[in-house]
Amino acid sequence: MRRVRVLVGTRKGAFILTSDEARTEWKVDGPHFPGWEMYHLKGSPVDPNRIYASQSSGWFGQLIQRSDDGGATWNTMDNQFTYDGIPGTHMWYDGTPHPWEFKRVWHFEPSLTERDTVYAGVEDAALFKSTDGGASWHELSGLREHGSGPQWQPGAGGMCLHTIVLDPTNADRIYVAISAAGAFRSNDGGVSWTPINKGLRSGEIPDQDSDVGHCVHRIAMHPSNPQRLFMQKHWDVMRSDNGGDSWHEVSGNLPSDFGFPIAVHAHEPETIYVVPITSDAHHFPPDGRLRVYRSRTGGDVWEELSNGLPPQDCYVNVLRDAMAVDDCDSCGIYFGTTGGQVYVSSDSGDHWMPIVHDLPSVLSVEVQTL
Amino acid sequence: MIRVVLPSPLRVIARVGSEITVAVQGDVTVRTVVDAIEAQYPMLRGTIRDHVTQQRRAFVRFFACEEDWSLKSADKALPARVADGSEPLLVVGAMAGG
Repeated sequence: MRRVRVLVGTRKGAFILTSDEARTEWKVDGPHFPGWEMYHLKGSPVDPNRIYASQSSGWFGQLIQRSDDGGATWNTMDNQFTYDGIPGTHMWYDGTPHPWEFKRVWHFEPSLTERDTVYAGVEDAALFKSTDGGASWHELSGLREHGSGPQWQPGAGGMCLHTIVLDPTNADRIYVAISAAGAFRSNDGGVSWTPINKGLRSGEIPDQDSDVGHCVHRIAMHPSNPQRLFMQKHWDVMRSDNGGDSWHEVSGNLPSDFGFPIAVHAHEPETIYVVPITSDAHHFPPDGRLRVYRSRTGGDVWEELSNGLPPQDCYVNVLRDAMAVDDCDSCGIYFGTTGGQVYVSSDSGDHWMPIVHDLPSVLSVEVQTL
Repeated sequence: MIRVVLPSPLRVIARVGSEITVAVQGDVTVRTVVDAIEAQYPMLRGTIRDHVTQQRRAFVRFFACEEDWSLKSADKALPARVADGSEPLLVVGAMAGG
């Protein structure tokens, strides 16, 4: 029987939740690194027992942890993220130039094929790569220096590179997303980059055709169709059918098209999930009812999934990295909330149950099917 | 040997007890003591001061012999009682909420 391991990063530590394929009885292990902000944990597809964890605090900065035994023990890895060359400036909230300053690692994306290769998305926005399992890092500076970098501006959460999507059919193709600069693509392994934001519409910027400036919250892809990308933007759920060359809106009948995460079913490339949030000012579900929405048509037509979720008085948020799917025959969907709950559905979203109720505010959820 | 008391989160990272000792060659200053800490416990690099600028992290403080040394030059000689091991250098996480 297969097992699942859920890696949960929270404001005050990391937790590892494990279950068998039934996903009804869970073991909760943690907190790991209690008291520290754990922005993201992610395991290697090549060696699932190798897990990277981003550990940070306002006092002591950024640390990188790596486990080679599935999270039982951890070793501190290199935490020096030095921008390549003289990093120059990006744009501050008030429109003035502001020097690039490393703050934290938001997201790890381990290579799909190389055990020791892992990418890290950081704030202030840049992409770093390690080819020695996190023992050293170097910047893929072609992204930050491709031309639009001085125009990038932080979103409310900081100027973070939070999404890294690797094309399973083309090792040279990488997608990233930055708040609030937009989406970018590399076709040469991260050496050179192009903004891919055509078709995005953002009322918060004056020029709707601007190459950059869009607040992309999350991008997802199904490995069987890597040309098709799904995006949850600040407002709007978007889809691209041509590897990001252009985007069109698929928000359809959602009660709100504001939100943070977006995920694709493990076995149905056209089935996608979002968690609508009321608005940019009201980061909680519409009407205080926590609901996931599923589209089986790649967007536009959405159905409410609420069986087992709080039907009233629920004012949590679900952050961009806090939703994931497993690879079991009956696909499991998982998400964590800022209220400290982690929910699972073992039947593609039809029924939900909480795995845990009272963790610290959840920053990220990743799932490994073992 | 120089005695150093680390804040509890860093003790966990370095897997040490409440007090450590480090060897410093030459002048005993905040800079040379932190150099020695980082050499002996590489996992603490970047946690007390920035990797590149060597600036103290904003919410880290250095206390010695009941004096705040945080805002003094990192190259100023620490008190003799720290240099001779009678008193520890305290590395303290500032009161900053959270």
